[in-house]
Amino acid sequence: MALVFDRPKSLTDKKFHYCPGCHHGIIHRLAAEALDELNIQQKTVVIASVGCSVLAYDYFDTDAVQAAHGRAPAVATGVKRASPESVVFTYQGDGDLASIGMAEIVHAAARSENITVIFVNNAVYGMTGGQMAPTSLMGQQTSTSPQGRSAESNGYPIRVCELLATLDGPSYLARVSVHDPKHVREAKKAILKAFQMQIQHQGFSLVEVVSTCPTNWHLTPVEALEWLEKKMLKQYPLGVFKKIEGVE
Amino acid sequence: MSLVLKKGNEVVGEAAIRSGCRCYFGYPITPQSELPEYLARRLPQVGGVFVQAESEIAAINMVYGAASTGVRVMTSSSSPGISLKQEGISYIAASQLPCVIVNIMRGGPGLGGIQASQSDYFQATKGGGHGDYRLIVLAPSSVQEIADLVKEGFQLADTYRNPVMILGDGILGQMMEPVDLGSGDVGELPDKPWAARGKKGRRSRNVINSLYLDSEKLEQLNLSLQKKYRLIAERETRAETYLTEDAQIVVAAYGMTARICKEAVDMVRKKGIRAGLFRPITLWPYPEKELRLAAQHSQAVLTVEMSAGQMVEDVRLSLNGEVPVEFYGRLGSMVPSAGEVFEEIQRISKKIGEVK
Amino acid sequence: MLIKILMAGFGGQGIMSMGQLLAYSGMLEKKAVAWIPSYGPEMRGGTANCSVTISTSPINSPVVTEPDILVAMNRPSLDKFEDALKSGGKLFINSSLINRSVKRQDIETYYVPANELAGLLSESKVLNMIMMGALLQVAPLVSPMSVMESLRMMLPESKHHLLSLNSRALQMGAAVFKNQTAKENSIVAG
Repeated sequence: MALVFDRPKSLTDKKFHYCPGCHHGIIHRLAAEALDELNIQQKTVVIASVGCSVLAYDYFDTDAVQAAHGRAPAVATGVKRASPESVVFTYQGDGDLASIGMAEIVHAAARSENITVIFVNNAVYGMTGGQMAPTSLMGQQTSTSPQGRSAESNGYPIRVCELLATLDGPSYLARVSVHDPKHVREAKKAILKAFQMQIQHQGFSLVEVVSTCPTNWHLTPVEALEWLEKKMLKQYPLGVFKKIEGVE
Repeated sequence: MSLVLKKGNEVVGEAAIRSGCRCYFGYPITPQSELPEYLARRLPQVGGVFVQAESEIAAINMVYGAASTGVRVMTSSSSPGISLKQEGISYIAASQLPCVIVNIMRGGPGLGGIQASQSDYFQATKGGGHGDYRLIVLAPSSVQEIADLVKEGFQLADTYRNPVMILGDGILGQMMEPVDLGSGDVGELPDKPWAARGKKGRRSRNVINSLYLDSEKLEQLNLSLQKKYRLIAERETRAETYLTEDAQIVVAAYGMTARICKEAVDMVRKKGIRAGLFRPITLWPYPEKELRLAAQHSQAVLTVEMSAGQMVEDVRLSLNGEVPVEFYGRLGSMVPSAGEVFEEIQRISKKIGEVK
Repeated sequence: MLIKILMAGFGGQGIMSMGQLLAYSGMLEKKAVAWIPSYGPEMRGGTANCSVTISTSPINSPVVTEPDILVAMNRPSLDKFEDALKSGGKLFINSSLINRSVKRQDIETYYVPANELAGLLSESKVLNMIMMGALLQVAPLVSPMSVMESLRMMLPESKHHLLSLNSRALQMGAAVFKNQTAKENSIVAG
């Protein structure tokens, strides 16, 4: 009998701890598939960040370094500069990357560090229990914006891909989602592309994955998918924001 | 032996290179900027990595990343910048990674000044960052000793998988003295089977981590750290003593201040006062036994620092009330003169005489 | 021998390199040396200054608070450091820029018209070498040969054509005090 579905080699056997309807599991799998397909598992180092994906080092069957909150791009810089033959990627959420770690991500991108970033944007702090994130939408109710995010007191959400696209450093910036099979396939392609950029020494690559957090959005998994499609994608349109020429 | 005349800050850089350090991450701050400037020139010549980070916070996290791969790596800064690095230092200590961190101290608190000071002793030896951890803290007092202790620092860091701090002051960093830098032949660096550079066919994964959500496991980590710290404390204390054998008054001081005190000791000796000098070279582990031995026949110990009195606490703890401990310090970035210390020793000598 | 020297002036007078050159020369003569640039609040201000310690035995404190020799290249330096000089110490004054005589009676003072002499060589950059020549003539801390050897080592090869000019400046400075005492010099300057 032909085997049509299996666990990627680059994932460990450990069961994900993520909530029902959360997209981290899918995104982990896509990244692991990319490592398998590019045959780079044996030289990959994943930098886990602080947030729901803090335990990423338990799931990827690769070497790993756990980073302080927001510092994953700096840690990745250290790993990659000291060990250029390694493939290095960070896996970061929106609080980690776009709030406390904004300086690190901007400068890693500006230096065109030859690393890959998988940025999971679900518009909320998941692990600490649903507080407002730098990417929370206008009007979005969170535990620290109970009346809904307002411009007066909270300002406006940050679009990371668009912001980084103003820099000369990045080689590849794409925003994808995994809310249906078609988009999952596209997300996979983008993640593959991002790793290929690194393997070809093209410098900084980042894939932003717009994702759900049913638990902290207080929605069912199905409602969360609808909310993502209707609200999130309006604020965070999908697409490729930067792709340097000359590389296929 | 060939001597060159070099600034302390530059000697830190050259000694690091000659210790096999090939990665440096830092951020400019006075009075240590000659060090990153020197390494920005020198590291590329030896195939090394120099990155000027966006902040001290990023720099120490780059160190954390590079140390994770098993290379010899260093960062440097001065007081306010070292405060910013504390988060990363705690992670490095918890993850048991070797690295060398240089603090060329300037006056504080706050933005303080840019001149020499010794007011980061507590921060260096008692924690600084969160959690129960220790740095090995080495305090050179001459440009030659900078070269020697940087080399020793890298070795200690690898031996114990522990961050090492070189604690100097702005005068040491800025001053020039003749120095013998040695050959730079470090031989084979120790194997680091724990390093995370990719599995490369290994069965098990190497994970550099300081997260232990299970309290029992976190306690186990802490117990093993404490065991390591006890071992370091037993084996690695270093101190210099000068004329302490018959000393009635022992002056305890480290770094540049110790040299000023040595001059004062010579001055009072000429007046017939039996004084000596105790200079700790390791500030953690503190050379407690060495101090007790140096002060065993003395009637008073005078601690002199460019601070409001920080090391004096370790002097008191070491002596545990056996000998009265006095303190003389200058604050901000004022440097105590040999004359001031001379007066202070004389005052104490008189006091001892009256008690008799 | 343990001599502590403080050199002060303003930026551009080559104070720092004069101090380094002296320290380097001492090292070549196998003496213990230390050089420290401007430090400590007592040395703040618009002036550039450095201290040099030269000794035939290991140096305890390289910090100079009471120098044996003070070199004052401009008026603010003299005003600031005159009182710090050790009793019986030697004071070298750039009389081209300093229009007052010293207050202290317990020291030896040497007046060197460094700017005028540099003018004779049409090169203001050798001001420091003229002062160095004068200093070493009076206080032979190191030999002029060591100074020239040090300069050769400190200068990049592209600047080696300046060595002979510097050598002449050194000699010119020394000539000020050949066969002359401090007292006679002060009469000349007065």
